[in-house]
Amino acid sequence: MYHLPMDTTQPQITDERSEDVSDVEAVAEELELVEEISIDGMCGVY
Amino acid sequence: MLDTPLKLHPSVALRPEPFGALAYHYDNRRLIFLKHPSIVDVVKDLGDHPDLQSTLSAHGIAEHQWDAYDKAICSLIESDVVVQR
Amino acid sequence: MTALTDRMKDGLDAPICITWELTYSCNLSCVHCLSSSGRRDPKELTTEEAFHVIDELREMQVFYVNIGGGEPMIRRDFFDIVEYATTSGVGVKFSTNGTYIDAATAQRLASMDYLDIQISLDGADAATNDAIRGEGSYDTAMAAMRHLKDAGFGEFKISVVVTRHNISQLDEFKAIADEFGAQLRITRLRPSGRAVDTWHELHPTLDQQRDLHQWLLSHGENVLTGDSFFHLNALGDSLPGLNLCGAGRVVCLIDPIGDVYACPFVIHDEFLAGNVRDSGGFAGVWRTSDCFSELRGPQSAGACASCGSWDACQGGCMAAKFFTGLPLDGPDPECVGGDGEHALASAGTIPRPSGDHSKPVAVTLGRRTNA
Repeated sequence: MYHLPMDTTQPQITDERSEDVSDVEAVAEELELVEEISIDGMCGVY
Repeated sequence: MLDTPLKLHPSVALRPEPFGALAYHYDNRRLIFLKHPSIVDVVKDLGDHPDLQSTLSAHGIAEHQWDAYDKAICSLIESDVVVQR
Repeated sequence: MTALTDRMKDGLDAPICITWELTYSCNLSCVHCLSSSGRRDPKELTTEEAFHVIDELREMQVFYVNIGGGEPMIRRDFFDIVEYATTSGVGVKFSTNGTYIDAATAQRLASMDYLDIQISLDGADAATNDAIRGEGSYDTAMAAMRHLKDAGFGEFKISVVVTRHNISQLDEFKAIADEFGAQLRITRLRPSGRAVDTWHELHPTLDQQRDLHQWLLSHGENVLTGDSFFHLNALGDSLPGLNLCGAGRVVCLIDPIGDVYACPFVIHDEFLAGNVRDSGGFAGVWRTSDCFSELRGPQSAGACASCGSWDACQGGCMAAKFFTGLPLDGPDPECVGGDGEHALASAGTIPRPSGDHSKPVAVTLGRRTNA
Protein backbone atom coordinates (compact mmCIF):
# COMPACT_ATOMS: atom_id res chain seq x y z
CA MET A 1 0.00 0.00 0.00
CA TYR A 2 1.20 3.49 -0.75
CA HIS A 3 2.05 5.38 2.42
CA LEU A 4 0.90 8.94 2.30
CA PRO A 5 3.09 11.39 4.14
CA MET A 6 1.53 12.69 7.33
CA ASP A 7 2.04 16.28 8.31
CA THR A 8 1.84 16.77 12.03
CA THR A 9 2.51 20.50 11.77
CA GLN A 10 -0.82 21.10 10.06
CA PRO A 11 -3.79 21.69 12.34
CA GLN A 12 -5.82 18.50 12.59
CA ILE A 13 -9.31 18.47 11.18
CA THR A 14 -11.64 19.24 14.06
CA ASP A 15 -13.88 16.34 14.85
CA GLU A 16 -17.36 17.79 15.07
CA ARG A 17 -19.07 14.45 14.92
CA SER A 18 -19.88 14.49 18.62
CA GLU A 19 -21.84 17.72 18.22
CA ASP A 20 -24.84 17.70 20.52
CA VAL A 21 -28.30 17.84 19.00
CA SER A 22 -29.29 20.31 21.73
CA ASP A 23 -26.79 22.73 20.20
CA VAL A 24 -29.39 23.71 17.62
CA GLU A 25 -29.40 27.42 18.38
CA ALA A 26 -25.72 28.03 17.87
CA VAL A 27 -25.72 26.02 14.66
CA ALA A 28 -28.70 27.71 13.04
CA GLU A 29 -27.25 31.13 13.74
CA GLU A 30 -23.81 30.39 12.39
CA LEU A 31 -24.34 27.99 9.51
CA GLU A 32 -26.68 27.34 6.70
CA LEU A 33 -28.62 24.22 7.55
CA VAL A 34 -28.53 22.88 4.01
CA GLU A 35 -26.05 22.99 1.16
CA GLU A 36 -26.37 21.66 -2.36
CA ILE A 37 -23.37 20.23 -4.19
CA SER A 38 -23.42 19.21 -7.81
CA ILE A 39 -22.33 15.59 -8.14
CA ASP A 40 -23.91 14.72 -11.48
CA GLY A 41 -20.96 13.66 -13.57
CA MET A 42 -18.82 12.57 -10.63
CA CYS A 43 -16.74 9.40 -11.11
CA GLY A 44 -18.36 8.58 -14.43
CA VAL A 45 -14.97 7.93 -16.01
CA TYR A 46 -14.33 8.29 -19.75
CA MET B 1 -43.55 28.86 3.99
CA LEU B 2 -44.31 28.56 7.71
CA ASP B 3 -48.04 27.94 7.23
CA THR B 4 -47.74 25.74 4.13
CA PRO B 5 -48.47 21.99 4.25
CA LEU B 6 -45.29 20.28 3.02
CA LYS B 7 -43.78 16.86 2.54
CA LEU B 8 -40.58 15.20 1.39
CA HIS B 9 -40.63 14.39 -2.35
CA PRO B 10 -41.30 10.66 -2.77
CA SER B 11 -38.19 10.26 -5.00
CA VAL B 12 -35.85 11.61 -2.33
CA ALA B 13 -33.72 9.30 -0.19
CA LEU B 14 -32.26 10.47 3.12
CA ARG B 15 -29.06 8.81 4.26
CA PRO B 16 -27.87 9.37 7.85
CA GLU B 17 -24.34 10.74 8.20
CA PRO B 18 -22.36 11.87 11.26
CA PHE B 19 -23.13 15.53 10.48
CA GLY B 20 -26.83 15.04 9.70
CA ALA B 21 -27.86 13.43 6.44
CA LEU B 22 -27.44 13.39 2.70
CA ALA B 23 -30.57 13.88 0.62
CA TYR B 24 -30.48 12.54 -2.92
CA HIS B 25 -33.19 13.23 -5.46
CA TYR B 26 -33.44 10.33 -7.89
CA ASP B 27 -35.33 12.32 -10.52
CA ASN B 28 -33.21 15.47 -10.82
CA ARG B 29 -30.00 13.90 -9.37
CA ARG B 30 -29.38 16.69 -6.91
CA LEU B 31 -27.42 15.99 -3.76
CA ILE B 32 -28.11 18.09 -0.68
CA PHE B 33 -26.26 18.08 2.59
CA LEU B 34 -28.53 18.46 5.60
CA LYS B 35 -25.89 19.78 7.92
CA HIS B 36 -27.50 19.25 11.31
CA PRO B 37 -29.53 16.39 12.83
CA SER B 38 -32.36 18.80 13.74
CA ILE B 39 -33.07 19.80 10.12
CA VAL B 40 -33.09 16.10 9.21
CA ASP B 41 -35.77 15.39 11.83
CA VAL B 42 -37.85 18.34 10.65
CA VAL B 43 -37.63 17.35 6.97
CA LYS B 44 -38.58 13.73 7.74
CA ASP B 45 -41.65 14.76 9.71
CA LEU B 46 -43.03 17.52 7.46
CA GLY B 47 -45.73 15.27 6.06
CA ASP B 48 -47.01 14.31 9.51
CA HIS B 49 -47.83 17.85 10.62
CA PRO B 50 -50.28 20.44 9.28
CA ASP B 51 -47.53 22.85 8.21
CA LEU B 52 -43.89 23.84 8.72
CA GLN B 53 -44.38 25.84 11.92
CA SER B 54 -46.23 23.04 13.66
CA THR B 55 -43.42 20.68 12.64
CA LEU B 56 -40.88 23.10 14.13
CA SER B 57 -42.94 23.41 17.34
CA ALA B 58 -43.25 19.66 17.63
CA HIS B 59 -39.47 19.37 17.46
CA GLY B 60 -38.93 22.04 20.09
CA ILE B 61 -37.24 24.51 17.74
CA ALA B 62 -37.26 27.95 19.39
CA GLU B 63 -39.25 30.61 17.52
CA HIS B 64 -36.27 32.88 16.92
CA GLN B 65 -34.73 29.99 14.96
CA TRP B 66 -37.68 29.63 12.61
CA ASP B 67 -36.29 32.04 10.02
CA ALA B 68 -33.22 29.89 9.54
CA TYR B 69 -35.38 26.78 9.11
CA ASP B 70 -37.77 28.62 6.80
CA LYS B 71 -34.81 29.64 4.63
CA ALA B 72 -33.46 26.08 4.59
CA ILE B 73 -36.86 24.63 3.64
CA CYS B 74 -37.25 27.24 0.88
CA SER B 75 -33.98 26.14 -0.70
CA LEU B 76 -35.13 22.52 -0.43
CA ILE B 77 -38.35 23.47 -2.23
CA GLU B 78 -36.25 25.10 -4.93
CA SER B 79 -34.40 21.79 -5.38
CA ASP B 80 -37.73 19.93 -5.39
CA VAL B 81 -36.56 17.89 -2.37
CA VAL B 82 -39.49 19.25 -0.35
CA VAL B 83 -42.84 19.80 -2.07
CA GLN B 84 -46.23 21.27 -1.14
CA ARG B 85 -49.02 18.84 -0.48
CA MET C 1 -12.78 25.73 2.21
CA THR C 2 -16.06 25.10 3.96
CA ALA C 3 -16.45 23.09 7.13
CA LEU C 4 -18.47 20.70 5.00
CA THR C 5 -15.52 19.95 2.74
CA ASP C 6 -13.43 19.30 5.84
CA ARG C 7 -16.00 16.75 6.94
CA MET C 8 -15.93 15.10 3.53
CA LYS C 9 -12.17 14.70 3.89
CA ASP C 10 -12.82 12.49 6.91
CA GLY C 11 -14.84 10.23 4.64
CA LEU C 12 -18.52 9.37 4.64
CA ASP C 13 -20.28 6.34 6.12
CA ALA C 14 -20.79 5.13 2.56
CA PRO C 15 -19.69 6.47 -0.83
CA ILE C 16 -21.93 9.01 -2.57
CA CYS C 17 -21.42 7.08 -5.77
CA ILE C 18 -19.01 4.48 -7.02
CA THR C 19 -17.55 3.53 -10.35
CA TRP C 20 -18.08 -0.08 -11.27
CA GLU C 21 -16.25 -1.49 -14.26
CA LEU C 22 -18.32 -4.52 -15.26
CA THR C 23 -15.86 -6.08 -17.67
CA TYR C 24 -12.40 -5.61 -19.11
CA SER C 25 -13.77 -6.75 -22.44
CA CYS C 26 -14.04 -4.05 -25.09
CA ASN C 27 -14.51 -3.88 -28.84
CA LEU C 28 -12.36 -0.73 -28.95
CA SER C 29 -8.84 -0.11 -27.72
CA CYS C 30 -8.70 3.61 -26.95
CA VAL C 31 -5.18 4.91 -26.50
CA HIS C 32 -6.06 6.54 -23.15
CA CYS C 33 -8.12 3.70 -21.63
CA LEU C 34 -7.76 4.05 -17.87
CA SER C 35 -8.31 0.32 -17.29
CA SER C 36 -6.20 -0.92 -20.23
CA SER C 37 -9.27 -2.84 -21.36
CA GLY C 38 -9.61 -5.23 -24.27
CA ARG C 39 -9.96 -8.82 -23.13
CA ARG C 40 -12.35 -10.25 -20.55
CA ASP C 41 -10.77 -11.48 -17.32
CA PRO C 42 -11.88 -15.06 -16.51
CA LYS C 43 -12.21 -14.07 -12.84
CA GLU C 44 -14.87 -11.41 -13.53
CA LEU C 45 -17.85 -11.32 -11.15
CA THR C 46 -20.73 -13.63 -12.02
CA THR C 47 -24.29 -12.35 -12.35
CA GLU C 48 -25.09 -13.61 -8.84
CA GLU C 49 -22.02 -11.90 -7.40
CA ALA C 50 -22.95 -8.67 -9.17
CA PHE C 51 -26.45 -8.88 -7.67
CA HIS C 52 -24.88 -9.34 -4.24
CA VAL C 53 -22.78 -6.20 -4.73
CA ILE C 54 -25.96 -4.31 -5.59
CA ASP C 55 -27.65 -5.65 -2.45
CA GLU C 56 -24.78 -4.22 -0.44
CA LEU C 57 -24.92 -0.87 -2.23
CA ARG C 58 -28.66 -0.70 -1.51
CA GLU C 59 -28.12 -1.43 2.18
CA MET C 60 -25.40 1.22 2.37
CA GLN C 61 -27.67 3.65 0.50
CA VAL C 62 -25.15 4.39 -2.21
CA PHE C 63 -27.26 6.66 -4.39
CA TYR C 64 -25.95 5.64 -7.76
CA VAL C 65 -23.31 3.65 -9.58
CA ASN C 66 -21.37 4.66 -12.64
CA ILE C 67 -21.11 1.52 -14.69
CA GLY C 68 -18.28 1.31 -17.17
CA GLY C 69 -15.68 -1.10 -18.48
CA GLY C 70 -14.37 -2.03 -20.92
CA GLU C 71 -17.60 -1.80 -22.83
CA PRO C 72 -20.22 -2.78 -20.23
CA MET C 73 -22.93 -3.60 -22.79
CA ILE C 74 -20.81 -6.51 -24.00
CA ARG C 75 -21.81 -8.48 -20.90
CA ARG C 76 -24.76 -10.72 -21.69
CA ASP C 77 -26.26 -9.98 -18.29
CA PHE C 78 -25.84 -6.19 -18.72
CA PHE C 79 -29.57 -5.48 -18.67
CA ASP C 80 -30.15 -7.95 -15.81
CA ILE C 81 -27.57 -6.12 -13.69
CA VAL C 82 -28.83 -2.65 -14.60
CA GLU C 83 -32.46 -3.58 -13.95
CA TYR C 84 -31.59 -5.28 -10.67
CA ALA C 85 -29.87 -2.06 -9.54
CA THR C 86 -32.51 0.42 -10.64
CA THR C 87 -35.37 -1.63 -9.20
CA SER C 88 -33.38 -1.86 -5.92
CA GLY C 89 -33.23 1.92 -5.66
CA VAL C 90 -29.61 2.16 -6.78
CA GLY C 91 -29.52 4.61 -9.69
CA VAL C 92 -27.38 3.72 -12.70
CA LYS C 93 -25.37 5.85 -15.04
CA PHE C 94 -23.42 3.88 -17.56
CA SER C 95 -20.68 4.86 -19.96
CA THR C 96 -20.64 3.29 -23.39
CA ASN C 97 -19.02 3.76 -26.76
CA GLY C 98 -22.48 3.27 -28.29
CA THR C 99 -21.73 0.19 -30.40
CA TYR C 100 -24.61 -1.81 -28.91
CA ILE C 101 -27.26 0.91 -28.93
CA ASP C 102 -29.45 0.29 -31.96
CA ALA C 103 -33.01 1.59 -32.38
CA ALA C 104 -34.59 -1.26 -30.39
CA THR C 105 -32.07 -1.05 -27.55
CA ALA C 106 -32.55 2.71 -27.38
CA GLN C 107 -36.30 2.14 -26.96
CA ARG C 108 -35.66 -0.30 -24.15
CA LEU C 109 -33.28 2.12 -22.42
CA ALA C 110 -35.74 4.99 -22.79
CA SER C 111 -38.40 2.99 -20.97
CA MET C 112 -36.26 2.51 -17.84
CA ASP C 113 -36.32 4.71 -14.72
CA TYR C 114 -33.32 5.87 -12.67
CA LEU C 115 -31.07 5.40 -15.65
CA ASP C 116 -28.63 7.82 -17.19
CA ILE C 117 -26.34 7.19 -20.16
CA GLN C 118 -23.01 8.66 -21.09
CA ILE C 119 -21.71 8.33 -24.63
CA SER C 120 -17.95 8.72 -25.03
CA LEU C 121 -16.74 11.10 -27.72
CA ASP C 122 -13.20 12.43 -27.86
CA GLY C 123 -13.32 14.54 -30.99
CA ALA C 124 -15.93 16.83 -32.54
CA ASP C 125 -15.06 15.32 -35.92
CA ALA C 126 -14.24 11.78 -37.00
CA ALA C 127 -10.53 12.39 -37.57
CA THR C 128 -9.89 13.82 -34.09
CA ASN C 129 -12.07 11.25 -32.32
CA ASP C 130 -10.91 8.18 -34.22
CA ALA C 131 -7.24 8.99 -33.59
CA ILE C 132 -7.97 8.31 -29.90
CA ARG C 133 -10.83 5.82 -29.97
CA GLY C 134 -10.25 3.95 -33.21
CA GLU C 135 -11.49 3.86 -36.79
CA GLY C 136 -15.25 4.24 -37.14
CA SER C 137 -15.87 5.03 -33.46
CA TYR C 138 -17.08 8.57 -34.21
CA ASP C 139 -19.81 7.34 -36.57
CA THR C 140 -20.78 4.65 -34.04
CA ALA C 141 -21.17 7.18 -31.23
CA MET C 142 -23.18 9.57 -33.42
CA ALA C 143 -25.50 6.76 -34.53
CA ALA C 144 -26.11 5.75 -30.90
CA MET C 145 -26.92 9.33 -29.98
CA ARG C 146 -29.40 9.59 -32.83
CA HIS C 147 -31.10 6.40 -31.66
CA LEU C 148 -31.35 7.74 -28.11
CA LYS C 149 -32.79 11.01 -29.36
CA ASP C 150 -35.28 9.27 -31.65
CA ALA C 151 -36.35 6.98 -28.82
CA GLY C 152 -37.07 10.01 -26.63
CA PHE C 153 -34.55 8.99 -23.98
CA GLY C 154 -34.21 12.60 -22.85
CA GLU C 155 -31.08 14.28 -21.62
CA PHE C 156 -28.21 11.81 -21.83
CA LYS C 157 -24.57 12.84 -21.46
CA ILE C 158 -21.78 13.23 -23.96
CA SER C 159 -18.47 12.55 -22.24
CA VAL C 160 -15.32 14.15 -23.57
CA VAL C 161 -11.79 13.57 -22.31
CA VAL C 162 -9.88 16.79 -22.94
CA THR C 163 -6.68 16.39 -24.92
CA ARG C 164 -4.22 18.68 -26.62
CA HIS C 165 -5.95 17.91 -29.90
CA ASN C 166 -9.64 18.36 -29.04
CA ILE C 167 -9.43 21.23 -26.57
CA SER C 168 -9.98 23.75 -29.38
CA GLN C 169 -13.29 22.00 -30.17
CA LEU C 170 -15.10 22.72 -26.90
CA ASP C 171 -17.69 24.95 -28.57
CA GLU C 172 -18.27 22.32 -31.23
CA PHE C 173 -18.80 19.62 -28.58
CA LYS C 174 -21.32 21.91 -26.89
CA ALA C 175 -23.11 22.39 -30.20
CA ILE C 176 -23.28 18.60 -30.73
CA ALA C 177 -24.71 18.17 -27.23
CA ASP C 178 -27.30 20.88 -27.86
CA GLU C 179 -28.27 19.29 -31.16
CA PHE C 180 -29.08 16.00 -29.40
CA GLY C 181 -30.67 17.59 -26.33
CA ALA C 182 -27.78 16.11 -24.36
CA GLN C 183 -25.58 17.49 -21.62
CA LEU C 184 -21.87 17.92 -22.14
CA ARG C 185 -19.46 16.39 -19.63
CA ILE C 186 -15.76 17.25 -19.85
CA THR C 187 -13.18 15.14 -18.05
CA ARG C 188 -9.53 15.51 -17.31
CA LEU C 189 -7.13 13.08 -19.03
CA ARG C 190 -5.15 11.06 -16.49
CA PRO C 191 -1.90 9.19 -17.15
CA SER C 192 -3.62 5.96 -16.06
CA GLY C 193 -4.00 2.62 -17.82
CA ARG C 194 -2.84 2.78 -21.43
CA ALA C 195 -2.45 6.55 -21.05
CA VAL C 196 0.64 5.92 -18.95
CA ASP C 197 2.31 5.73 -22.36
CA THR C 198 0.32 8.38 -24.24
CA TRP C 199 -0.37 11.08 -21.61
CA HIS C 200 2.82 13.00 -22.28
CA GLU C 201 1.77 13.59 -25.90
CA LEU C 202 -1.94 14.07 -25.25
CA HIS C 203 -2.35 16.19 -22.13
CA PRO C 204 -3.20 19.87 -22.69
CA THR C 205 -0.48 22.50 -22.56
CA LEU C 206 -0.38 25.15 -19.85
CA ASP C 207 -1.85 27.78 -22.18
CA GLN C 208 -4.62 25.39 -23.17
CA GLN C 209 -5.40 24.77 -19.49
CA ARG C 210 -5.83 28.49 -18.92
CA ASP C 211 -8.26 28.71 -21.84
CA LEU C 212 -10.11 25.67 -20.52
CA HIS C 213 -10.50 27.27 -17.08
CA GLN C 214 -12.06 30.36 -18.65
CA TRP C 215 -14.31 28.27 -20.86
CA LEU C 216 -15.53 26.18 -17.93
CA LEU C 217 -16.15 29.28 -15.80
CA SER C 218 -18.20 30.85 -18.56
CA HIS C 219 -20.39 27.73 -18.88
CA GLY C 220 -20.91 27.20 -15.14
CA GLU C 221 -23.01 24.21 -14.13
CA ASN C 222 -24.37 23.70 -17.64
CA VAL C 223 -21.26 21.72 -18.46
CA LEU C 224 -20.40 18.87 -16.08
CA THR C 225 -16.81 18.18 -15.12
CA GLY C 226 -17.16 15.34 -12.64
CA ASP C 227 -15.13 17.58 -10.33
CA SER C 228 -12.05 16.54 -12.28
CA PHE C 229 -10.47 19.95 -12.90
CA PHE C 230 -10.09 21.30 -9.38
CA HIS C 231 -6.35 21.73 -9.98
CA LEU C 232 -7.34 24.65 -12.26
CA ASN C 233 -8.75 26.53 -9.27
CA ALA C 234 -5.24 27.78 -8.59
CA LEU C 235 -5.82 30.09 -11.57
CA GLY C 236 -8.32 32.12 -9.55
CA ASP C 237 -12.06 31.57 -9.55
CA SER C 238 -13.24 28.17 -8.35
CA LEU C 239 -15.16 25.81 -10.60
CA PRO C 240 -18.45 24.36 -9.33
CA GLY C 241 -18.18 21.07 -7.43
CA LEU C 242 -16.67 19.51 -4.35
CA ASN C 243 -13.16 20.62 -5.27
CA LEU C 244 -11.35 17.94 -3.43
CA CYS C 245 -9.93 14.53 -4.19
CA GLY C 246 -12.72 12.13 -3.25
CA ALA C 247 -10.63 8.96 -3.58
CA GLY C 248 -11.55 6.56 -0.79
CA ARG C 249 -13.43 9.35 0.97
CA VAL C 250 -16.58 9.86 -1.08
CA VAL C 251 -15.97 7.64 -4.12
CA CYS C 252 -14.12 4.45 -5.09
CA LEU C 253 -13.85 1.89 -7.87
CA ILE C 254 -14.95 -1.73 -8.08
CA ASP C 255 -13.15 -3.41 -10.97
CA PRO C 256 -14.50 -6.37 -13.02
CA ILE C 257 -12.94 -8.99 -10.74
CA GLY C 258 -14.29 -7.28 -7.61
CA ASP C 259 -11.09 -5.51 -6.57
CA VAL C 260 -11.81 -2.21 -4.80
CA TYR C 261 -9.51 0.70 -5.57
CA ALA C 262 -9.50 4.24 -4.19
CA CYS C 263 -10.60 5.71 -7.51
CA PRO C 264 -11.00 4.69 -11.16
CA PHE C 265 -7.68 6.28 -12.07
CA VAL C 266 -5.45 4.38 -9.66
CA ILE C 267 -5.71 0.75 -10.71
CA HIS C 268 -2.48 -0.22 -8.98
CA ASP C 269 -1.64 -2.41 -5.98
CA GLU C 270 -0.68 0.67 -3.96
CA PHE C 271 -4.31 1.77 -3.94
CA LEU C 272 -5.98 -1.63 -3.71
CA ALA C 273 -8.21 -1.65 -0.62
CA GLY C 274 -9.69 -5.16 -0.86
CA ASN C 275 -12.14 -7.25 -2.85
CA VAL C 276 -15.93 -7.51 -2.72
CA ARG C 277 -15.46 -11.28 -2.41
CA ASP C 278 -13.66 -10.78 0.95
CA SER C 279 -15.62 -11.96 4.01
CA GLY C 280 -16.78 -8.44 4.93
CA GLY C 281 -17.92 -7.71 1.39
CA PHE C 282 -17.77 -4.26 -0.15
CA ALA C 283 -19.01 -2.60 3.06
CA GLY C 284 -16.14 -4.15 4.99
CA VAL C 285 -13.62 -2.82 2.50
CA TRP C 286 -15.13 0.69 2.57
CA ARG C 287 -15.27 0.86 6.35
CA THR C 288 -12.14 -0.92 7.51
CA SER C 289 -9.46 -1.03 4.82
CA ASP C 290 -6.10 0.41 5.82
CA CYS C 291 -5.73 2.04 2.42
CA PHE C 292 -8.94 4.07 2.76
CA SER C 293 -8.28 4.92 6.42
CA GLU C 294 -5.00 6.43 5.40
CA LEU C 295 -6.57 8.47 2.59
CA ARG C 296 -9.06 9.85 5.12
CA GLY C 297 -6.32 10.98 7.49
CA PRO C 298 -4.63 14.38 7.37
CA GLN C 299 -2.60 14.91 4.20
CA SER C 300 0.59 16.82 3.85
CA ALA C 301 1.01 19.75 1.46
CA GLY C 302 4.68 18.77 1.26
CA ALA C 303 6.55 20.70 -1.39
CA CYS C 304 3.38 22.76 -2.04
CA ALA C 305 3.15 24.02 1.56
CA SER C 306 4.73 27.36 0.73
CA CYS C 307 2.53 27.95 -2.35
CA GLY C 308 -0.30 30.43 -1.88
CA SER C 309 -2.61 28.39 -4.11
CA TRP C 310 -2.62 25.18 -2.09
CA ASP C 311 -5.97 25.88 -0.47
CA ALA C 312 -7.47 26.32 -3.95
CA CYS C 313 -5.97 23.31 -5.74
CA GLN C 314 -5.19 20.93 -2.83
CA GLY C 315 -2.11 19.77 -4.70
CA GLY C 316 -4.23 18.37 -7.55
CA CYS C 317 -4.86 14.77 -8.54
CA MET C 318 -3.26 11.83 -6.74
CA ALA C 319 -3.48 9.57 -9.82
CA ALA C 320 -1.88 12.18 -12.08
CA LYS C 321 1.08 12.42 -9.72
CA PHE C 322 1.41 8.70 -9.11
CA PHE C 323 1.46 7.64 -12.76
CA THR C 324 3.94 10.33 -13.76
CA GLY C 325 6.39 9.25 -11.05
CA LEU C 326 5.85 12.33 -8.87
CA PRO C 327 5.60 12.29 -5.06
CA LEU C 328 2.04 12.54 -3.73
CA ASP C 329 2.93 15.46 -1.46
CA GLY C 330 4.06 17.70 -4.27
CA PRO C 331 2.68 19.51 -7.29
CA ASP C 332 0.35 17.97 -9.84
CA PRO C 333 2.15 17.32 -13.17
CA GLU C 334 -0.24 19.85 -14.72
CA CYS C 335 0.20 22.41 -11.92
CA VAL C 336 -0.96 25.70 -13.43
CA GLY C 337 1.78 27.49 -11.53
CA GLY C 338 4.27 25.64 -13.74
CA ASP C 339 5.74 23.65 -10.83
CA GLY C 340 4.61 20.35 -12.32
CA GLU C 341 6.77 20.76 -15.42
CA HIS C 342 9.83 21.28 -13.26
CA ALA C 343 8.95 18.28 -11.12
CA LEU C 344 8.45 16.09 -14.20
CA ALA C 345 11.97 16.85 -15.34
CA SER C 346 13.30 14.97 -12.30
CA ALA C 347 10.45 12.47 -11.85
CA GLY C 348 11.15 9.01 -10.47
CA THR C 349 10.36 5.67 -12.09
CA ILE C 350 6.89 5.60 -13.57
CA PRO C 351 4.79 2.81 -11.99
CA ARG C 352 3.01 0.44 -14.37
CA PRO C 353 -0.73 -0.12 -13.94
CA SER C 354 -1.62 -3.42 -12.24
CA GLY C 355 -3.18 -5.24 -15.15
CA ASP C 356 -2.91 -4.97 -18.89
CA HIS C 357 -6.02 -6.39 -20.54
CA SER C 358 -5.16 -5.02 -23.96
CA LYS C 359 -5.87 -7.23 -26.91
CA PRO C 360 -2.77 -8.66 -28.55
CA VAL C 361 -1.69 -6.44 -31.39
CA ALA C 362 -3.33 -7.74 -34.55
CA VAL C 363 -0.82 -9.12 -36.98
CA THR C 364 -1.33 -7.47 -40.31
CA LEU C 365 -0.50 -9.86 -43.12
CA GLY C 366 1.37 -8.33 -45.96
CA ARG C 367 -0.63 -8.35 -49.18
CA ARG C 368 0.75 -10.49 -51.86
CA THR C 369 1.32 -8.54 -54.97
CA ASN C 370 1.65 -9.93 -58.41
CA ALA C 371 4.42 -7.87 -59.76
